[in-house]
Amino acid sequence: MFKNHKYIAFETIVIKEVRRFTRIWIQTLVPPAITISLYFVIFGNLVGSRIGNMGGFDYMEFIIPGLIMMAVIQNSYSNVVSSFFSHKFQRSVEEVLVSPVPNAILLGGFIVGGMVRGLLVGAIVTVMALMFVDLQIQHPIITITVILLTAVVFSLAGFINALFANSFDDISIIPTFVLTPLIYLGGVFYSSSLLPPFWQSVSALNPIFYMVNSFRYGFLGVSDVSVGPAFVILTLFGVVLFSVCLVLLNRGTGLRS
Amino acid sequence: MTTAIAISDLTKIYANGFEALKGISLQVQQGDFFALLGPNGAGKSTTIGVLSTLVRKTGGTVEIFGKNVDSHVYETKLDLGVVPQEVNFSQFERVKDIVMTQAGYYGMPRKLAAERCEKYLRKLDLWDKRNDRSRTLSGGMKRRLMIARALVHEPKLLILDEPTAGVDIELRRSMWEFLTELNESGTTIILTTHYLEEAEQLCRNIAIIDKGRIVENTSMRALLAALDKQTYIVDLAKPVETLPDWGDVPVTASLLDSHSFEITVAASLTMSGLFKLFLERGIEVSALRSKSNRLEQLFLGRLTDARGDAVNV
Repeated sequence: MFKNHKYIAFETIVIKEVRRFTRIWIQTLVPPAITISLYFVIFGNLVGSRIGNMGGFDYMEFIIPGLIMMAVIQNSYSNVVSSFFSHKFQRSVEEVLVSPVPNAILLGGFIVGGMVRGLLVGAIVTVMALMFVDLQIQHPIITITVILLTAVVFSLAGFINALFANSFDDISIIPTFVLTPLIYLGGVFYSSSLLPPFWQSVSALNPIFYMVNSFRYGFLGVSDVSVGPAFVILTLFGVVLFSVCLVLLNRGTGLRS
Repeated sequence: MTTAIAISDLTKIYANGFEALKGISLQVQQGDFFALLGPNGAGKSTTIGVLSTLVRKTGGTVEIFGKNVDSHVYETKLDLGVVPQEVNFSQFERVKDIVMTQAGYYGMPRKLAAERCEKYLRKLDLWDKRNDRSRTLSGGMKRRLMIARALVHEPKLLILDEPTAGVDIELRRSMWEFLTELNESGTTIILTTHYLEEAEQLCRNIAIIDKGRIVENTSMRALLAALDKQTYIVDLAKPVETLPDWGDVPVTASLLDSHSFEITVAASLTMSGLFKLFLERGIEVSALRSKSNRLEQLFLGRLTDARGDAVNV
C-alpha cells in the first residue's frame, strides 16, 4: 500500500484530463475563443451599438459576463462528457475501474479536469473581452465563487450524461437540445425585465438564469435576481448532482455489467 | 500453501437473463500457473470480469489471497493485475503515459512509477516505442503493452485473458518465456487461451469451464495421464500401396496417400515400441508427428462427457 495513494490517484486523473484537452487544443480551446469573439463583434459591437443601454450598461458590457459564463458552462460540460464517454467507448475506463481508485476520487478527478478546461476557456474569453471593453469587477469573491460552482455543477452534469450514454449521439443530445436553449434563455443577451410577467416566471425555473445573473452581479453589481438564492440553488445542484454521480458509480451504472 | 484465489458458488445472471455462471467453485494456489479453458461463451471472461470487479456477481464469494473482494477492495485490487482479451487503452496516448497513468491509479509515487515503467517496457521490448502513440503499435506490441501496464504495480496475481490471440508464433514463444520467468519469480498466473498447446506447455493446473460450470479441475499431469490413445502421422521414406497387417497389436491405421499414413496407438506405447513395430513390418519412416494436440483431445472429450453430445469448437 502506497502512502498518499488517494491523492496520487486524484492527481493522475487530473493530469491525464488536462493533458487530453491541451493535446487537442485546436479542438478544445480555439473554437470557443473564436465563437465568443464573433459574439462580441456582432452582438456587442455592431448590433449592440443600436440597442443602447441594458440594465444601465452598454450592451457590450452587459453581455460579457453572460458570454464568459456560457463558455464555462459549455466547456466544463463537454470536457467531462466527451472525455469520460471516450474512455467508455475505447474501454480505457477499465484501467481505472480495475485499479483501487475510490469512486469519489475518480469523480473528483474528472470534475476538476472539466473545471480546469471550463475556467481556462473562461479566462481566454475574458482576455478577448478586454480587447473590446475595460472590464471592472465589482464583487471579485462573488464572481469567483459563482464561476467555480458553475463549473462544478456542469462538470457533474456532463459526467452523468457520459455514464448513461451509449453512443456519440447520446453525448450531443443534451448539450444541443437542453443546455443551449437554457443558456440562451438564461439572460445571457437580455435582462429578464424586458420579458412579459409570464415569461419572467418561466425564466425563474431556469437554473442558468440564476448563475448568469449572479455572475453579472459580481462583475457589474446589477442582477435580475438576488444573489443569495442563486448561491443556494447552485450549491444545492452541486450537492445533489455529486450524490447522484456517486450512487451511479457505486452501482456501476453504464460501467460494470 | 496460501490460496491465491478462492471462488465459492459463484453465479452471474446478466440483465438479459443469460446465466453465465451457474455456481462455480475453484481454488488456485499461490505460485501456480493455472489454465482456465473453455469454448466461447463458457464463462471464462465473466469469471475474470468478476475477479477484476468489471462484472458484478449475482451470488457467491470471491477471495484473493484470503481477502474478500467485496470488503477489501483496495488490498485485493493491489494484488491483482489483469490483461484483458481486447485492447482497452486509449489509442491517442503515448506508450509511456499509459503505463505511468496506470501506476498513478495505484497510488504509486512518480519516481517509483518511472522506474517500474522503464523496467517493464524494457522487458517487453517496448522501451524504444515509449514515446509513440499507442495506435501506431502492431497487434503484438499492443498486447505486450497491456502486460507491461498490468505489471507496473507488481501484483502477486496476474490474470491473462487470451494474451497471445492473433500473435505470431515467434512472439508467442517469447511471451511464453516471459510468463514462465514471471511465474518462477513468484507471480501466480491464471491464463485463458484457445491455444491448448499453450496451456499444456505453461500450466501446472487446469480447470475446464463449459456453460457456466466447471467440468474438470485437476493437474495438467493427471489430465494428460488420462489420455489413453495417441494418433500420429507417419511420413514414409519409400512409397507403399497398402499397409501391413498389425497382427494382435491394438492399433488402427489408414493410408493417407502412398507416402504417409495415420496410426492410432495406446498412449502407453513408447516411441521405441512404435518404431520397433514399424521396423518389424519393414516400414521405413522419414518423419513422424503427433496428429493433434493431446490436450485438445482431452478438452473435447471432457466437454463431450459434460454435455452428453458431440462438441464442435
